[in-house]
Amino acid sequence: MPEVRTADKLKKKYLREEMWPTIFCNGCGNGVVLDYAFWAIEELDLDMDKTVFVSGIGCSSRLPGYINADGLHTTHGRSIAFATGIKAANPDLNIIIFTGDGDCTGIGGNHFIHAARRNIDVTVILINNFTYGMTGGQLAPTAPLGSIATTAPYGNIEHPFDICELAKALGANYVARWSVTYPYQPIKSVKEAIQKKGFSMIEFLSPCPTAYGRRNKLGDIKKHWKWYDDNTILIEEYNKIMEYGTDEEKEKIKNKIQLGVFQDIEKPGFFEQYEKLVERLQTKKDKGMKK
Amino acid sequence: MKKEIRICGFGGQGVILSGFIFGKAASVFMKYNAVQSQSYGPEARGGAARSEVIVSDEKIGYPRPTSVDFFIAMSQEAFDTYRKDIRKDTVIVIDPELVPKHKIGRPVYKVHAQKIAEKLGNKIVTNIVMVGAATAIFDVLKHDAVREAVIDSVPKKFIEINKRAFDEGLEAGKNARNEL
Amino acid sequence: MKYKRDPELIRDVLGKKIQFILGDMACVYGGLLAGCSFFGGYPITPASEVTEGMARMLPRVKGTYMQMEDEIGSIASVIGASWGGAKSMTATSGPGFSLMMENYGFAVMTETPCVIVNVQRTGPSTGQPTLGAQGDMMQAKWGTHGDFEAIALAPSNVQECMDFTIDAFNLAEKYRNPVCVMADGEIGHLRERVVVPDEKDIKIVDRVPATIDKKKFIPFTNSQTRNSKVPDFPTFGTGYHTYVTGLTHNERGFPATDKQPDHEKLVKRITSKITDDIDKITNVEKLYLDDAKTVFVTYGASARPAESAMEMARAKGKKVGMLRLKLVWPFPYKEIQKLASNVDEIIVPEMNLGQIVHPVREYVEGQCKVVSAPKIGGEMHLPHELYKYLEGK
Repeated sequence: MPEVRTADKLKKKYLREEMWPTIFCNGCGNGVVLDYAFWAIEELDLDMDKTVFVSGIGCSSRLPGYINADGLHTTHGRSIAFATGIKAANPDLNIIIFTGDGDCTGIGGNHFIHAARRNIDVTVILINNFTYGMTGGQLAPTAPLGSIATTAPYGNIEHPFDICELAKALGANYVARWSVTYPYQPIKSVKEAIQKKGFSMIEFLSPCPTAYGRRNKLGDIKKHWKWYDDNTILIEEYNKIMEYGTDEEKEKIKNKIQLGVFQDIEKPGFFEQYEKLVERLQTKKDKGMKK
Repeated sequence: MKKEIRICGFGGQGVILSGFIFGKAASVFMKYNAVQSQSYGPEARGGAARSEVIVSDEKIGYPRPTSVDFFIAMSQEAFDTYRKDIRKDTVIVIDPELVPKHKIGRPVYKVHAQKIAEKLGNKIVTNIVMVGAATAIFDVLKHDAVREAVIDSVPKKFIEINKRAFDEGLEAGKNARNEL
Repeated sequence: MKYKRDPELIRDVLGKKIQFILGDMACVYGGLLAGCSFFGGYPITPASEVTEGMARMLPRVKGTYMQMEDEIGSIASVIGASWGGAKSMTATSGPGFSLMMENYGFAVMTETPCVIVNVQRTGPSTGQPTLGAQGDMMQAKWGTHGDFEAIALAPSNVQECMDFTIDAFNLAEKYRNPVCVMADGEIGHLRERVVVPDEKDIKIVDRVPATIDKKKFIPFTNSQTRNSKVPDFPTFGTGYHTYVTGLTHNERGFPATDKQPDHEKLVKRITSKITDDIDKITNVEKLYLDDAKTVFVTYGASARPAESAMEMARAKGKKVGMLRLKLVWPFPYKEIQKLASNVDEIIVPEMNLGQIVHPVREYVEGQCKVVSAPKIGGEMHLPHELYKYLEGK
């Protein structure tokens, strides 16, 4: 049973104190997401000796360093491929990947696609801040149309990446999106994702006031949070309006970013299938020997 | 003793397997050293394919033939392409049905491998008939060793037909004459 | 898959003791015998037969085979698997090796044991996919950024493809470094006899696992249990809570990116852990070096025509010898220095425009003549082409 009741106790239990202070800026959402993960882990009573945190490059990929557990801080974009190997070597381990929008949807897109397609049993926590924050605010594949980045100084003309749509299409077992302005739903979602066999992914909209906010008139964190409130909608509400709403209501929400759980299915994971394959080969061999 | 064998034909005909069988016979079922190499065009089927084997009682340095002793051709294209660098006294074995234009002013051994294979019920064993014939004609490797290598190299359910193909090839080889 | 090396099962899967197989396949055999339990790969000519062989055999010995999405993913999965406790390996060729370079460096920096079989071809770029060459000898040593020590073996025959893959695993485990088996398309696609060694004749080296008190354990420093610069290995899931990063890190594994002393200490340890042992690691074959005045310094496939040329010359009474580098990196500089003081001329035949000739020249230091004998285009030197270099000697 969960023993931790306060945030302070939670942090003592799960944080790697030698690594403090963090590199994160004021207003950064990474800590909030880490908090969700800690509460979820606590409520699931996950064995931290059997849980490995994997990440790539970027601010959010620094999170495993702050967690008192095994952590593999890999190269840019490759965390999911590394994680695949860890899981292959020891399927008993829980694998949680922290990645960013640039890391996962940009340079690491191919690994994401194939891990989701293979249904590798890992949990991807993608922290999307619309920018390459660590390196000073270059254009990310998720950046909204028209937003400003150091490498899109006249406004972004590329269409942003909806990674949840992609994950759904690939048949990932669990796909959800939240923003860090939600207090409880994300914790439940992280729990569901960790418990889910096969590939699970949660995207978090999370502010980067320093690299993204400042350039996009959202430098004040309150404004940033308000932007999320104004520009996101829960999937249930979205669907209701799209079905029963007036044209005017539909027009108002059609470009909003949907939040919630988009996919929750049970499809056998890669390593379950693999174990069966190995068993099949052994049985075949044993039969062959009897002959 | 050092002998170099080149087997060629079109891709998919089993020339690689044929070379493999000679190499295996020499180095696994006899005490020789052997190397087998191959080259083929980019296409998986068709095109000219070539498999080469060196058999020696000494250590084999350079693993590709420099002076071909035995030349087996199972397609016209391969016969025309891979004959260029053979010696004046290289022993040539062909299937006259597969290499109709083989009159090149020098004697060749003619083995109707494909016909024999068809009689056995499957054209696919043409290469093994040829292996049998060449084994008799070259007379370098023990017949039983090559036979063992055939058995060891083909899928289990095709062992019987391949054994027969090899034996019939061996007979055909014994009766073949080096003629213009 | 939880894997335990099962010698009986491995032998059952490999089959007969004496076989006539492809060089690529011999790398598979070597991997299985060494206890490889994870293979992540991506098919590429002329290394695809390694990947295919692993796909066929690894599940049968209860290991895990995965065809990854690309070579970057392959080497990443291999490194991940190693931290998960597996002996892991991948196989590739030139373009794939180029793609692996960043994570090759990651394996070096994080001291991850793993094996890369590179059945080399040539370039630049796609080059000649189906033909052999020695295009990556320098890439293995200098291909990833920063300072590091490579360990690379170069088989000259099919038996060595198997033996050196076993050696590669042992070296990787001992030094906690990626190890390359630098085969090439010629040897990889050659069939020869191999003798599968008996279990009692196989030496298996395992990484030393972390065993000391978890609070006292320091993951990235000299071993705390042995006299070694190679730290004990805290496999993920064993409770050591190790943080592993490609960033410059301190002894505890935590980022120390802006600290010069930490960087210097780390990089000097992970390079000298290998170079300190150069005498133990060096592996060369010496032919006729007692009297030779002209010597081929060779490795891999080019040793084959060189040996033929040498025999032709010896038959005519010429004093020619050969030094074959079975292990090319770390470079056996002491052997070259010794050789240079005893001979008049060193000829370095390579299936590239001259790669290993450079360290040879560096260590000869003008003591004798050094001649590069390159051949490119996807063919080995003919013996008489190399013999020409010996004429008049």
